Amino acid sequence: MIDHGKIEKNLGLMLVLVMFAISIGGLIEIVPLFFIKGTIEEARTPEGIRMVRPYSALELRGRDIYIREGCYLCHSQMIRPFRDESMRYGHYSLAAESQYDHPFQWGSKRTGPDLARVGKKYSNEWQVQHLMAPRSMVPESVMPNYPWLMSPLDISDVGDRMAALRITGVPYSVSKVEFDNNVKEFGADVAKQLHIPDAQKNLIEQAKTGNYDGNAADVTEMDAVVAYLQVLGTMVDYSKFDNDSFVKFR
Amino acid sequence: MASVAIGSSEQYNYDIVRKFTIMALIWGAVGMLIGVFIASELAWPFLNFDFPYITFGRLRPVHTGAVIFGFGGSALFATSYYIVQRTCQTRLLSDGMASFTFWGWQAIIVLAALGDVLGYSQGREYAEMEWPVDLLIAVVWVTYAIIYIGTIMKRKESHIYVANWFYLAFILAVALLHIFNNLAIPVSLTKSYPLFSGAQDAMVQWWYGHNAVGFFLTAAFLGMMYYFVPKQAGRPIYSYRLSIVHFWALIFMYMWAGTHHLHWTAIPDWTSTLAATFSIMLLMPSWGGMINGIMTMSGAWDKLRTDPVLRFLIVSLSFYGMSTFEGPMMSLKDVNALSHYTDWTIGHVHSGALGWVAMISFGAIYHMVPRLWDTKMYSLKLINVHFWLATIGTLLYITAMWISGIMQGLMWRAYDDFGNLQYSFAETVAAMHPYYAMRALGGLVFLSGMILMLYNCFMTMSQAKGVASGDMAPQAA
Repeated sequence: MIDHGKIEKNLGLMLVLVMFAISIGGLIEIVPLFFIKGTIEEARTPEGIRMVRPYSALELRGRDIYIREGCYLCHSQMIRPFRDESMRYGHYSLAAESQYDHPFQWGSKRTGPDLARVGKKYSNEWQVQHLMAPRSMVPESVMPNYPWLMSPLDISDVGDRMAALRITGVPYSVSKVEFDNNVKEFGADVAKQLHIPDAQKNLIEQAKTGNYDGNAADVTEMDAVVAYLQVLGTMVDYSKFDNDSFVKFR
Repeated sequence: MASVAIGSSEQYNYDIVRKFTIMALIWGAVGMLIGVFIASELAWPFLNFDFPYITFGRLRPVHTGAVIFGFGGSALFATSYYIVQRTCQTRLLSDGMASFTFWGWQAIIVLAALGDVLGYSQGREYAEMEWPVDLLIAVVWVTYAIIYIGTIMKRKESHIYVANWFYLAFILAVALLHIFNNLAIPVSLTKSYPLFSGAQDAMVQWWYGHNAVGFFLTAAFLGMMYYFVPKQAGRPIYSYRLSIVHFWALIFMYMWAGTHHLHWTAIPDWTSTLAATFSIMLLMPSWGGMINGIMTMSGAWDKLRTDPVLRFLIVSLSFYGMSTFEGPMMSLKDVNALSHYTDWTIGHVHSGALGWVAMISFGAIYHMVPRLWDTKMYSLKLINVHFWLATIGTLLYITAMWISGIMQGLMWRAYDDFGNLQYSFAETVAAMHPYYAMRALGGLVFLSGMILMLYNCFMTMSQAKGVASGDMAPQAA
């Protein structure tokens, strides 16, 4: 048998062996996921346009507020491939659908329902009223009221936020080359939304046209949050795919 | 060991141990109080008072931060500094550096709580702190590692005692986890975006999240167990060989198990299967620790009748055994399909956190306080009352969560005669209410025990004549 006494008397040896023992698991389970191609599914239209796109400036700010308020502590964004979940929430979630999510917001607890496909499920008016006073819409709810979301949205640093995400690999564009590439990948309309120099202009425009908070004059945090909620799970058009086309990625 | 007994007041740095012990008590009470409050918010949502800073979403990280890093962390700093000095028969490497870890760590807890309340969050569970706090953590942690390793290097015993193996693994693993999980691109002082996204980010986060449990809340507390159980029982550790086998198996296997938090999600199936396999195997090293601790009592079982401190230690090991059985069971994909996203997970965490982590810390602190302040505990009777409050509180809490978790999981997947979903989501929320109230009550009972402990310990400290003169003889551990 190995003489463990040697390790107990040699601190350096012990540290090396401990480091070795605790490194293996992560190396084998996590590192390959950055290289195995099937980890993230391909979801493109027949024309070759990518269905999953980065968030627009307004949606991104909404997502930031979602994180600020700790929504992920009670709401998951990950539908599992079970019959009851597909009946309640819709198609199971794809890895592709959160590929631009820094951080991921899959969650670990459903004190409230899953939100992965909440987009377009309710009207903007419903969402606003529900965020202001959840129990006025769902009497059983235990969610806090969020009246302060009606305050003005700080849009001053939205470009900086997109620029930081660009460094992590989200295809927001700065140069003409990047912009043209986005046109090819996501189509012209989406590419405009991803252009960092136009971020503030695009944000205001989306808030005014979308009028998510029922107040067209101001851009509020509510505009951003509702814009974010309304896009969740709506990017992939499942009618374009066969029933089992995503199974091969599992 | 009589030869080293001379001049023991200079021999060990107990001042730093005393400081961390006091803060462990305070953060314990604060963190558990916030826990009871947010549990009450879920039962009675008017308690959110339309006030942004106290909503459940913002206070929950304050609770987890205060109990895990404030209470648990301070208890680990205190016990590890106490144990490493006594088992190595030498003073800490540097008093100044030790003092820096104290003030640094307390600053981290306060800054993290402020950040959570103000909404500066990375949106990562148990790692909500934004990047400036993360950097401070890294600096304090490296200092801690240097002190710990440096102290062991100048040990007077040739062998490194088993408790220190566990603390070493904990220090290295937490450094590794903290760094990789918090890689981020800053936007401003209060906002950053993590480097990874989606599926890869999920894998990194739960590698971190699970091993925060595995190393912060398990390996390190096993280190605590390996010192205080034999000390308090007055018996040697049951099996040296078992401690070797379960130590290496535990630290190796834990790192594979994190992905069981992501069963049935959009990660590759093989990672999930691998994690489940290792989670099940993990039962053995986990129980190895429990058996080694509990069997140390052989020949001294009668002490349980008279010694409430020992009772804390032994019951904590029982809860440890129970939750490390429950964990592998919940990591089975079919069980997880039911338990995931429900309160069962919350119950499981708390059977470990209240039953194991908190109780073994209570036992360790009750053991240390009279020695650190060179006096007797103010009231043994209050320790006994605390023991029962802690046990009953834990049982109430986890029973409530078992019922609500399993019930909600079953309600979500219930169908009526026509194959439609039987319950709306809102109906399942309404069904939780009595159990949320019961959980808040269980937490309140546990908290009242913690407050008794705070009172008992502060009375003990104030009755001590000045600060301990350190005239007790250091003993070979």
